[in-house]
Amino acid sequence: MVREGRGKAPAAEIVFDHVWHHYPGRAVAAIQDLSLTIPAGEICVLIGPSGGGKTTALKMVNRLIPISKGDITIDGRSVQAMDVIELRRGIGYVIQQVGLFPHMRVEDNIATTPRLLGWPDAEIRTRVRELIELVGLDPDEHARTYPSKLSGGQRQRVGLARAMAADPPLMLMDEPFGAIDPITRERLQDDFLRLHQTIRKTVIFVTHDIDEAIKMGDRIAILRPGGLLAHYDTPENILAKPADDFVARFVGADRGLKRLSLRTLREIALLDAPPDSERPGLPSASEGTKVSDALSIMLTSGNPSLLVTDDEGTVRGLVTIDLITALLSTAERSGVP
Amino acid sequence: MIGVILSLVGAGPTIPDFGRGSDCVRENGQFCMDWVVDNFGDQLLPRLIQHIELTAIAVGIGFAIAFIAALLAHRYHWVKTPFTAFSAFVYTIPSIALFQLLVPVTGLSWTSAEIALVGYTLLILFRNMLTGLQEVPRDAIDAAEGMGFTQRQILWRVELPLALPAIMAGLRIATVTTISLATIAAYIGAGGIGQPIFDGIQRGFRTQFVTAGILAVTLALVADGLLVLAQRALAPWVRYGR
Repeated sequence: MVREGRGKAPAAEIVFDHVWHHYPGRAVAAIQDLSLTIPAGEICVLIGPSGGGKTTALKMVNRLIPISKGDITIDGRSVQAMDVIELRRGIGYVIQQVGLFPHMRVEDNIATTPRLLGWPDAEIRTRVRELIELVGLDPDEHARTYPSKLSGGQRQRVGLARAMAADPPLMLMDEPFGAIDPITRERLQDDFLRLHQTIRKTVIFVTHDIDEAIKMGDRIAILRPGGLLAHYDTPENILAKPADDFVARFVGADRGLKRLSLRTLREIALLDAPPDSERPGLPSASEGTKVSDALSIMLTSGNPSLLVTDDEGTVRGLVTIDLITALLSTAERSGVP
Repeated sequence: MIGVILSLVGAGPTIPDFGRGSDCVRENGQFCMDWVVDNFGDQLLPRLIQHIELTAIAVGIGFAIAFIAALLAHRYHWVKTPFTAFSAFVYTIPSIALFQLLVPVTGLSWTSAEIALVGYTLLILFRNMLTGLQEVPRDAIDAAEGMGFTQRQILWRVELPLALPAIMAGLRIATVTTISLATIAAYIGAGGIGQPIFDGIQRGFRTQFVTAGILAVTLALVADGLLVLAQRALAPWVRYGR
């Protein structure tokens, strides 16, 4: 899935080139020989068990943690050759605890990087309003409030707006939704994915939640303890053909179901719907339903088939458990290189 | 404090002549309003202004020293212990003793008074500043660092503004303490509102030292109130209890 950069600033391609990190005084390296290329405009999720070095890898990009050996480049420029302050001002940075400045109003928090970069005031003001709306808040209601008055979800929205303020070609997100309740988290994930469709930044996203990784990532890099890259591919390919036992265990025994969650009923060639007389008692779901959810509906209703409708409720056809099984096996075959 | 002085005076000798004036003044009544009115402009007010000067200069210099020390201790951890030990030691010296100790060095003077008063402000100001700096939320600093703030920008735009409520709290205590302590500076001839208190006690004239004492207390309350207002204006993000 290659996306075209359509944001104001182009997205950047990020390359990890045989990167190592040794914490001083520790025998085992935190990151070992990490090489991966993140195409411009994609969301790359770094995931792994704790001690896998995912946050370390992320923080090496903006040099909060030094690179011991190897190099990281942004559009071909080595981060080690750049002035560290300039480098960081050119990267959006979002952390789990958000880190809003409690003594600044929402508008001033968001204006932080543009001010550091010396943008003219009028431009900053327009940009701040635009961003508050972009992340789903109301400029009139929220611009002049202090962070202490906001909910956890609203704070992370402001954190996102602040990170995007200077339109950076790269965003680093360190477990951005980790401290937020599940319902709000899901809404933030959906909103961020929608936002990403328009801004098309390159995003490096750290999480420890495999479901979040599958949902958010165009690609997922799974790190094993000691900072070794275990598997780097699209979610579909990782779930279909895990590189080894570690990856298979990490993504979970339900990886088949997780793959089904990546698809909707729209992607299945449906059977003809049965005549009206045989329909009563059959469960139904709309085309936009995830295949995994459709399967769950069948299992709970005790019926091996399900009517598929369009958004208006018109019946489009029938899906069966056999069709779903076939979907998994064809995808498995096409997933083999 | 006034009660203590009253009882001391009650026990002391009574000098019968309090100069010209009303019956109340001549008889050393409980409190003679007419004496206050007659003497406020040329006796009490200049002393009060002198007292404000004594306090402002002591707190100002103390603030500057404590500020530099706190910034150093925040940056270099080893500074904390020796400076705390030094300022705590000064703080434990009885004030009359410290004033007296300085007389052989800097004389019966304003300078001796200021040196002692500055010494007493250091512990409170330093501790509050350092605590304020150290209690700045880690995540705000992490975010600032990741966003490309320089160390200096982190200090001036994040750490110090966030430490401001703690710094102001220290400043309030230091100011009120200094106003109170500075009355004793009159003992070594540094003037201030302590002067009419000492005079009044020596002469046994109640109205004089009671009025001067009330002025000292009022000054402390007013200064504290002004600092609270300043704090609210400077740190509007803090949610104050109601």
